[in-house]
Amino acid sequence: MSAPLLKVTDLKKSYGAVVAVAGVSFEVMPGEIFGVIGPNGSGKTTMFNSVLGQIRPNAGKVELKGQDITGLSPLQLSHRGVGRTFQTLQVFGKMSVRDNLLVAAQEHHGNMGSRMFAPSDSGLGAKADALIAQFRIGHVAHKKAGELSYGQQKLVDIAMAFMSDPDLVLLDEPCAGVNPSLVGGISTLLKELNRDHGIGKERGSFIVIEHNMDFVMDLCHRIMVMVEGTVLAIGTPAEIRGNKQVLDAYLGN
Amino acid sequence: MKKNLIAAALGLALLIAAPPFMKSYGLYLISYWLIFVIANMGLNLTIGYAGQKSLGHAAFFGIGAYTVAIVMKAGFSFWLGLPLAVVGCFVVGIGLGFPALRVQTIYLAFATLGFNTAVWLVMRNEEWLTGGTFGINNIARPSLFGFSLEKNLAYYYFILGTTLVLGELLWKLLSSPWGKAFTALRDNPIRAESLGVNIQAYTLLSFAIGAAYAGAAGALFASLVQFIEPAPFAVGSSIMMYLMVVVGGPGYFFGPLLGSAVGVLLPEWLRFAQGWYLFVFGSAVVLLMLWLPDGLLSIPDRIKAKRLAREASAARAASAAAIGAET
Repeated sequence: MSAPLLKVTDLKKSYGAVVAVAGVSFEVMPGEIFGVIGPNGSGKTTMFNSVLGQIRPNAGKVELKGQDITGLSPLQLSHRGVGRTFQTLQVFGKMSVRDNLLVAAQEHHGNMGSRMFAPSDSGLGAKADALIAQFRIGHVAHKKAGELSYGQQKLVDIAMAFMSDPDLVLLDEPCAGVNPSLVGGISTLLKELNRDHGIGKERGSFIVIEHNMDFVMDLCHRIMVMVEGTVLAIGTPAEIRGNKQVLDAYLGN
Repeated sequence: MKKNLIAAALGLALLIAAPPFMKSYGLYLISYWLIFVIANMGLNLTIGYAGQKSLGHAAFFGIGAYTVAIVMKAGFSFWLGLPLAVVGCFVVGIGLGFPALRVQTIYLAFATLGFNTAVWLVMRNEEWLTGGTFGINNIARPSLFGFSLEKNLAYYYFILGTTLVLGELLWKLLSSPWGKAFTALRDNPIRAESLGVNIQAYTLLSFAIGAAYAGAAGALFASLVQFIEPAPFAVGSSIMMYLMVVVGGPGYFFGPLLGSAVGVLLPEWLRFAQGWYLFVFGSAVVLLMLWLPDGLLSIPDRIKAKRLAREASAARAASAAAIGAET
């Protein structure tokens, strides 16, 4: 087995007396789609944000390709090849869809000096157009992102995370608030991106937090179940579905 | 786009052709207007594009003006004073940017307002340097390549040329990846950072570049009015400049052109109302903010948005069907 892409060891985060993440360990392999499920308040997003530098963990270690990245800022992580989306929509509303994609990768090319007065698309136009085509948002590419429907903005939001050819993308509830027909579309897109359709890596590696069970079971190679800040189980979708503890604690009825 | 180009060309032709036929007060007014256009172009970068609420712009305007006045009083050339004003304001602007790394919105506005007050107090109290409330008078106008800019018309053309050069520079900057980085910083700093945008650097630069434009404007202002004292650089002026950017349309490149006209020229045209002119002006601003919170230049966008709203529901249905059909 090859070396893990991401290795999280005994990650802890508490707010005063409230323990949000109580010692979480897991590994994500290259090319893997790793799902994270669990009830509301089980610490999924806190775990995510601790890995992503949005908040600083109290203890534990996060390694990317063998290098310690614990406590690095979101800016540093972005430049080390970690991309993400947020639980809520986070597009740049006043910019066109295409500009949203361009700005999502431009800072990864050259330095501030070389970008000053440089061509607007930073040489990323073809890349942006390819993702626009793949996400089927060509008909709105020149509209302002804020003028699009929720579902369309969600697609832009996800596409942005892939613009800079990240090694690892963390998706926080990619299907939240999306209508059922689009959920299938997003699943198809993520499978394509996982098999290298346009993201410039051999295979895309993702961590996905999601409440939509059909989506997670269908998409993910392995799934981690979190309950009350701890890991209840890690396994393939079939293993998770058959795990009695998981059924009792989360999937239930 | 083509329509915009034609409008810009016509406007420029007017700005070149009309002034020789204007009286000296009219000439002074449009010179004064262009100086505010320069200062407000910078403020528009800070507020409109990068989203940093600054109420300290008049301080930079003043630092620029006093730099030129003091340098020239010390016997040096305007051509030393101008770059010193620009560079000095750029450096101080970086300094003022630091509070913006910690606080935002109204809190940042108050921090910058405090900065403006401090600078104004230095101008008023440090008589040995600034002349205090008596100010500095007899500031000369420079000559350029042997042409004297002493005459009002010549100095006007010099200001117009500087405005065009600085406008072109800002246009190029905003069309480059920097423009998108500033806008990303304004629209959503957290997402911007997660995409690798160094939001701290761009925040500081948005202040510094904005301040440099105010510094250039202040330098031109000192030689235009030839007498400076602290009053035009007080907090009230900063609020007025902020207002001009907001009225013109923050984040619209040509916003400062319109906004400065409203702030500088409109009060003059309203003089017929005599004692009432401030009331009329104030009421006009209130109504404008109620109906057009994004400024005058948002009118075309508003018309477009209404049309888009009609098309949107159809597009939504089509897009959902297109993506759903693939699964």
